Amino acid sequence: MVTVELDKVDEIIDRYVGEEGILIQLLLDIQSELNWIPKEALERISERLKIPVSQIYRIASFYKAMSLTPRGRHIVNVCLGTACHVRGGPRIMDRAKQILGIDAGETTPDMKFTLERVNCLGCCALGPVVVVDRDYHGKITPAKVKEIIETCD
Amino acid sequence: MPKLNSATELEELRQDILSKRDPNKRCIAICAGTGCLALGCGKVITAFKEEVRKQGLEGKIDIRETGCPGFCENGTVVTIYPEGIFYIKVMPEDATEIISQTIIEKKVIERLLYVDPATNEKVVHEKDVPFYKYQTRILIGNNSKLDPKSMDDYIALGGYSALAKALSHMTPEQVLEEVKKSNIRGRGGGGFPAGRKWESVRNAPGEPKYVIVNCDEGDPGAFMNRALMEGNPHSVLEGLTIGAYAIGSHEGFIYVRAEYPLAVENVGIAIRQAEEYGLLGENIFGSGFDFKVKVHRGAGAFVSGESSALMTAIEGRVGEPRPKYVHTSEKGIWDSPSCLNNVETWANVPLIINNGADWFDSIGSERNTGTKIFSLVGKVNNTGLVEVPLGTSLQHIIYKIGGGIPGGKKFKAVQTGGPSGGCIPEKFLDAPVDYDELAKLGAIMGSGGMIVMDEDTCMVDTARYFLDFLADESCGKCTPCREGIRQMLGILTDICEGRGKEGDIELLEELAEVVKDTSLCALGGTAPNPILTTLRYFRDEYKAHIEQKKCPTFVCKELTSYYIDPAKCEACLICLRNCPVGAIDGGKGKIHVIDQSKCTKCGTCFDICPDRFNAIARISGEPVPPPPSEEERVVVRVEK
Repeated sequence: MVTVELDKVDEIIDRYVGEEGILIQLLLDIQSELNWIPKEALERISERLKIPVSQIYRIASFYKAMSLTPRGRHIVNVCLGTACHVRGGPRIMDRAKQILGIDAGETTPDMKFTLERVNCLGCCALGPVVVVDRDYHGKITPAKVKEIIETCD
Repeated sequence: MPKLNSATELEELRQDILSKRDPNKRCIAICAGTGCLALGCGKVITAFKEEVRKQGLEGKIDIRETGCPGFCENGTVVTIYPEGIFYIKVMPEDATEIISQTIIEKKVIERLLYVDPATNEKVVHEKDVPFYKYQTRILIGNNSKLDPKSMDDYIALGGYSALAKALSHMTPEQVLEEVKKSNIRGRGGGGFPAGRKWESVRNAPGEPKYVIVNCDEGDPGAFMNRALMEGNPHSVLEGLTIGAYAIGSHEGFIYVRAEYPLAVENVGIAIRQAEEYGLLGENIFGSGFDFKVKVHRGAGAFVSGESSALMTAIEGRVGEPRPKYVHTSEKGIWDSPSCLNNVETWANVPLIINNGADWFDSIGSERNTGTKIFSLVGKVNNTGLVEVPLGTSLQHIIYKIGGGIPGGKKFKAVQTGGPSGGCIPEKFLDAPVDYDELAKLGAIMGSGGMIVMDEDTCMVDTARYFLDFLADESCGKCTPCREGIRQMLGILTDICEGRGKEGDIELLEELAEVVKDTSLCALGGTAPNPILTTLRYFRDEYKAHIEQKKCPTFVCKELTSYYIDPAKCEACLICLRNCPVGAIDGGKGKIHVIDQSKCTKCGTCFDICPDRFNAIARISGEPVPPPPSEEERVVVRVEK
């Protein structure tokens, strides 16, 4: 891990020093800054805030929004909320797995894509929905999945 | 902005805002909620702004980016005020025409109007669209009237007058009495009377006391809280502040789930604005009452929406539930008395204070007062948010407002209450939707998710879906939930994948009872509901899966095969070219055949085969016919 990243971790910790009940918010900030939470970051928080690593690790491993492994440059989120499910979401997920050659929650070896399952994004009218990074694609068919993935660089 | 020190100053400010606004000034209100955002409303907004600039109309017309008005099926929705002309499915390229035709020439653009499928007539005005017309939009209705990022918009609509009234003219006891008298029940799911909850927190020993907004809307298929939080965050803040006053709390939390970044942003802006105006902070309206609010972002855990888990998460620890021998109203956050209510409950409070408990009590049915917002999704024509008085029938919601089932399909069931809820079949369509009636049918109100299912939905697969969700979301703290859900899921998966055996149904029922009775929190306690209600109303479907290895709706992949009917195949190559795994063999003039060993059952061929051929058949519960011989595969075309 390069030092620049630890600087960023320190900066984030600075925002919260002295406040109560901040661990989840702090980890979320690190996740969004680095796109994952490296071991070194957990240790740094522990050291500076005097919280046992085990306690920090427990939170980081419990929540879905936090990742302890590096994630791909593009996050492909397939919605499998109920509305998307009844409109064929699982078929979309199958197709995405097939194209990327990975399971949900995994990252391609070239670090280009991470495939995630999400349980409802609240845009049920567009189901089934695939979100790549921050772009929403609604009313997807299995045939369209490839197109969407191929447009990522 | 100078702080507002009294109710009079608020009213003066309101008058001042209104006097500067011309009620006849044209305003283009564009939905900027997540649904429309997903449909590209960002580009629509930019196009309108650009067009206004180009035509030199800056300052002459307003462009308002609003919250979600609920009609997501037809996004991006644009309303032109003051006329209320309603355009649907607006694209960026429509901006020029809307400005030159509707704004300047005052002409209605026919092609952008909503067509009522029942009468085939075009509807010009928002208020006449059946989807809106049959609703009672006292909460969600304001979303299209204001920009959620504008404090002035909210104040212009009378915002914070309820807070002013409560703080200036009512004692905390009077506020509490009013809320109790309104008989409002918590909108988060359980339906516990909110006034009674407030009272127990108020009376609980210990200081400080906390008030909390639960916006961890985790139920898949539910997004009404998101719409309120994104679209009208001040209404939630105002309700929370009034509640805090009644309860005697000086610190509040707003817990928003990680998946709602726009809600986090908008409520953050609202809090800063309220602080600037002195509506949060010390000595609000000169009443001596202090109150501050913090936003806590969730991190993606369904179970953290449970009250004790949510409070643990606010403390910065893992959001898991604890046994509730001692209620959170007595010992919640940091063991202090804490009052947690859903977004929608808090948003109702200003209405109750302004209009009185009797007014609120007159809406809805007995013991179920007020309106409820439902998110109507799934196989229904008008997907979106629907606000109706409690006690309205399912029929009215799904057919009158929702416009029925698309594609001429038949209604099969409606699933209410999220993963803890149940599936209600057709014969109960007349049932009134309220807390008590839904419970009688084995379902629950939950936060108001309503997922419509048509004849193509497999009920066993639906139950498996919810159990899969719950197995994933169970925190694992107590054994019945952690192990019980996993065992039930295993049995359901076996049934869906053709390994079901006699006795499975009985075993499921037995397990369901144990999990229901012995789990620590409501997640486990209600987890068997999807199984129990589908078994209650759709037992035959389970039996077909187990006894005949047949999925009557062709949803369960392992029990379904795709087959090309040689008599119907015209060898057009369409399915062959679109098959993602190259499982279809054939050629020009050669009847296509699916290689069953390669087929992944994605259904692309079935979807894509032209209707005039309709050559792909789905088969379940019986063997796939052998492919035709090579000679039989030659298509002999009759020369015309």
